[in-house]
Amino acid sequence: MADTRDIEMTVNGESHAANVETRTSLGDFLRHGLGLTGTHMGCEHGVCGACTVMVDGEAVRSCLMLAVQANGHEVTTVEGLAEDDGTMSALQEAFWKHHGLQCGFCTPGMLTSLTAFLRDNPDPSERDVREAISGNICRCTGYQGIVDAALDVAKTMQKGS
Amino acid sequence: MAVRYLGAEVQRMEDPRLLTGHGRYVDDITMEGMLHAAFLRAPMAHAKIRSIDPSRALALPGVHRVITHADLGAKYSHRMNQLYPAPVIEQNKTQYPLAKDEVCYVGEAVAVVVADSRAIAEDALALIDVDYEALPAVVNIMTALEDDAPLAHADTTSNLMGKMRSSFGDIEDSFAKADHVFSAAFMQHRGGCHSMETRGVIARDDPWGDGLTLWTSAQSPYLIRRALATWLDESEERVRVIAPDVGGGFGPKAGFYPEEVAISLAARIMKRPVKWIEDRREHFISTTTQRDQHWDLEVACTAEGKILGLRGTVTHENGAYIPYGILLPNSSLTPLPGAYSIPAIDVGVDIIFTNTVPNSPVRGAGRPCGIYAVERMVQVVSRELGIDPAEVRRRNYVRADQMPYETGAKLRGGAPCIYDSGDYEALLEKVLDLSDYHSFKERQAAARAEGRYLGIGVSSCIEDTGMGPYEGTTVRVESSGKVAVRTGAASQGQGHQTMISMLVAENLGVKPEDILFESADTAKFSHGIGTIGSRVAANVGPSAHDAASQVREKALKLAAEVLEASEADLDIEDGVVRVNGAPDLSITLGELAVQLTPMSAMRVPTGFDPVLEATSFDGSSGSPIACGSNVAEVEVDPGTGEVKVLRYSVAHDCGVMINPMVVHGQIVGGVVHGIGNALFERMIYDDQGQPLTMNYGEYLLPLASEMPRVDVTHMETPSPLNSLGVKGAGEGGTIPAAAAVVAAIENALTEFGVEIDYYPVDPQYLTELIDAGSAQAAE
Ligand code: FES
Ligand code: FES
Repeated sequence: MADTRDIEMTVNGESHAANVETRTSLGDFLRHGLGLTGTHMGCEHGVCGACTVMVDGEAVRSCLMLAVQANGHEVTTVEGLAEDDGTMSALQEAFWKHHGLQCGFCTPGMLTSLTAFLRDNPDPSERDVREAISGNICRCTGYQGIVDAALDVAKTMQKGS
Repeated sequence: MAVRYLGAEVQRMEDPRLLTGHGRYVDDITMEGMLHAAFLRAPMAHAKIRSIDPSRALALPGVHRVITHADLGAKYSHRMNQLYPAPVIEQNKTQYPLAKDEVCYVGEAVAVVVADSRAIAEDALALIDVDYEALPAVVNIMTALEDDAPLAHADTTSNLMGKMRSSFGDIEDSFAKADHVFSAAFMQHRGGCHSMETRGVIARDDPWGDGLTLWTSAQSPYLIRRALATWLDESEERVRVIAPDVGGGFGPKAGFYPEEVAISLAARIMKRPVKWIEDRREHFISTTTQRDQHWDLEVACTAEGKILGLRGTVTHENGAYIPYGILLPNSSLTPLPGAYSIPAIDVGVDIIFTNTVPNSPVRGAGRPCGIYAVERMVQVVSRELGIDPAEVRRRNYVRADQMPYETGAKLRGGAPCIYDSGDYEALLEKVLDLSDYHSFKERQAAARAEGRYLGIGVSSCIEDTGMGPYEGTTVRVESSGKVAVRTGAASQGQGHQTMISMLVAENLGVKPEDILFESADTAKFSHGIGTIGSRVAANVGPSAHDAASQVREKALKLAAEVLEASEADLDIEDGVVRVNGAPDLSITLGELAVQLTPMSAMRVPTGFDPVLEATSFDGSSGSPIACGSNVAEVEVDPGTGEVKVLRYSVAHDCGVMINPMVVHGQIVGGVVHGIGNALFERMIYDDQGQPLTMNYGEYLLPLASEMPRVDVTHMETPSPLNSLGVKGAGEGGTIPAAAAVVAAIENALTEFGVEIDYYPVDPQYLTELIDAGSAQAAE
C-alpha cells in the first residue's frame, strides 16, 4: 500500500488539509490534488523552471519538492499573484505589455521566479535579470519580452519609492 | 470611420488568461472516470520482440490493463498511415501504433499500461517482461549505404529510403565557364522540438453518443482527425479532435502519432476516458525531431564573385520511420538558391533510414539547412576571393526589379518557386546599419588589442511561407450582438485569437472584446489544414478579412432597408449601424441578426439568406516569399572555445504586418532557436543507437543568460498574392541564424584559419579546430 501522510498547507492564502502519498511532488499535489493547474510541469527534473512556485516567499521548483515537505508552509502559485479582485500584479501587466509570453507554458514559472527576485533585487541590471531567469527555459519568446517586462517593473518601483 | 487595427501593436487577448494561471492545456483537463496511461518503450535501437509477459504488471494494485499489439485484434493490426505519400518514397516504412515484432529505435512504443494514476502506470512499466533479441543498429548516415552496414529494418535490403533532386538551368555550362570552382562539405545537426509543454492526449470514446473525442497537444487537429478516422476505418464525423491551449509546437506537434492511436484504442477498450502525458525523457526519444544532414557542394563563380552554379549531394537522416513523408528533404532543397539569382543548380538528396527517432520538421523544417548551405557557399566565395561578405551578397541578390522572380526550383506541390516581392539588397543595407557593420573593423581591432577575439557574420534568407491552399474562417453575428469567429487553425502561442479578432473587428466594425473566438476544434469548423510552414497569417488573415467584409456588406444592405437610408450613408461602429448625419437613426448588428434568424412563422427579409454570417476560404494564391538579413557579432575565447553572441541584428520583411508586436516576438524567438541550433542543441546517439542526451543537463537549450538582445527592423513589401499583402513570419528568425553565427565565429578566428564544418559549434569541437589551426600555422 502506498505510504501516505496527512499534511496541511496554506496555498494562496487558503488553508488546505490532505492525505498525500509521500512520493507525490508539490507540483503534482497543487495541480491534481488542489486543481491549481496554473503551475506547469515542463521537465520534471528540475531544470526548466516551469513548475516554480513560492514557498514562504522563496522561488522553489515544485517538481523537486515533495508535497509532504511543504507541510506547514505557505505556498503561492501563479493563481495567487493577482489581487483578490482579479487585478493583475505589476509584473503580470508588464508581461502583457511587453509581449513576455507566447504559448504561456513557461509563464507561471517566470512570473513566480521574477516576483521573488524583484522583491529582493529592486534595482537589477539587464544582466541580473537574465541571470535570475537562467533557470527558467522559454522556447517561444527568446526571453527579450520577459527581460523587458522585469526591467520595466523595476524602473516603476524605483520611481515609486 | 472604423477603428484601424491592422498594423497596430495590440496587446494580446489571450494573455490575461494565461498570465493568471487559467490556461487550459491537455494535462489541465480532467474528466469523470478518467484513467491514466504510460508507455513501455523499446530500450534498444533495433531488436526482435520474442515475447511480452505483462503478468507481474497486471498484479500491481491500481493497474487495469496492459495493452500490446496482439491485444488490438485483426481490425487494428495495421501500420500507421503515410500522411504525405510521394513517389520518391521507395520504402514506405511507417510504424505500428504498438510495435508488432520488431523495434527500430529506442523509444518506440511497445505496450501501454492503463491504471488509476500516472504514477501507478509508470510503476507498472518496470514489471512488464519483454524478451528482446538484439539486432545490429545503423546510426551513421555516412556509412549507412555501405554493403556491410547494418540494416535499419530486418526485412529490407538497403537503408536508402529514397532519392530526390532539385535541378534547373545548364549546370555543365555554368561550371565550364566559371573562373573559379570552390568546394565545401559540412554536417548540419538540428535538434528537437522541446516545446515546454510535452505532448499529451486524452481520448474519450462514446459509441452511442459523441463518438471518439481526442484532446491532443497538436498543431494539426484536422489532419489527425482524418488520419485517425482512416486508420480506424470510421467516418470523420465520428471522430472529433480538439487542440486546447498548446504549450509550443515548432513542427513536431504537426504530425500524427502512435500514441494518438494507442490512447484512442485504450479508451475504447476500457470504456473510460484515458489520459497520457508525455514526460520529458519520452519527449527526447519518441517525439519526432530533425537530425543530421550532410552537404557536399561545389560552387562555380566568376572572378568578381558572381555565382553561376551550385551542385552537389546531400545525405539526409530520416530516422527509423516516415511519419511525415519527404517534407524535410524537400524543404531543404526548395530554398536553393536562397536570396540569390543563381542560374543553375543541381543538388540531389539521399534519404537514409537509421535506427533513431523518426524525422519531422522543426521550426523552419529543411529551410534552415538549405539556407545554411547556400550561405556557407557564399561565405566560401567571399573568403577565397577576398571580397567582403556583404559585397558578395550584393553582387548576387535577386534584384527588386527582377520581381516576380522564378528561381527554377519547384515547391512541394510541384508549382514553380516564384519570389513574389522584396528588396533583398535594401534589407541588407538596413541590417548593416542596424548592426554598425561598417565600424566593426575598428571594434574588432580595439578588442584584439586587449587580447579579445571578435567576429562578425552576415546571412540572408528567403522563406517560402503561407503554403496554401487555404485556412478558412466563419464570422457570425449572434442576436446578442456578440460575434462568433471560428477557424480551424490551431495556435501554439502565436496569438491567432488577437490577430484574427483584430481583422474581424476592423472590417466589421465591432469591438474586439465582443468577439468570441474559437479554433482548433474539428466539431466547430468544417475543415482546416494546420499551423505549419508560417502559413496562418497568409491564409487565415485573408479569409477572416473576407468573411468579415461579407458580413458587413450583408448587414449594411439589410440596415439600409430597415432604416430606409442609402447604404452609402451607413457606417458600422462598435456593433451599431448608424446613418451619417442622422445620429438618432441606428440599429445594432444584433438586431439585424435577429431579423435573419427569426422565430417560427416569421419571415426572413426578401432577398437575404438566413443568418448574419459568412464563411470564406480566401487565402494566398501562391507562396508569399518573406526574406531577412541578419548580422551576428560574437566573441570567442580561443583558449576555452567559448562563444558569446554579443549582438544580433535582424532586418526582416514579411510584407504587411498585422500586429508588429507579435511579428517581433516571432522573430526574436525564432532567432534564439536558431542560435540554439548553432551553438548548443545536440541530440547524441552512441553507435548502438542509444540516446545519450535525455535531459536538460545533457541537452542544452538556449537560456536567457546566454542570449543576446536581438535588434529587429522591418521592411514591409506587400505580397501581391493575398488581399492583405501579408507573408508568414513564424520561421524567418530561425532560418538564417545558424549561418550568421557560424560565419561570425570563423571571422573571429581568421588568424587560426578555422573552417567550421559542423554545427552545433560546441567548445570542444572549436578548440580542436583552433589547435589544429595553430599547429598548422606553426609548421
Ligand atoms: S518541471 Fe520542475 S524544473 Fe522543470
Ligand atoms: S511562452 Fe512558450 S515557453 Fe515561454
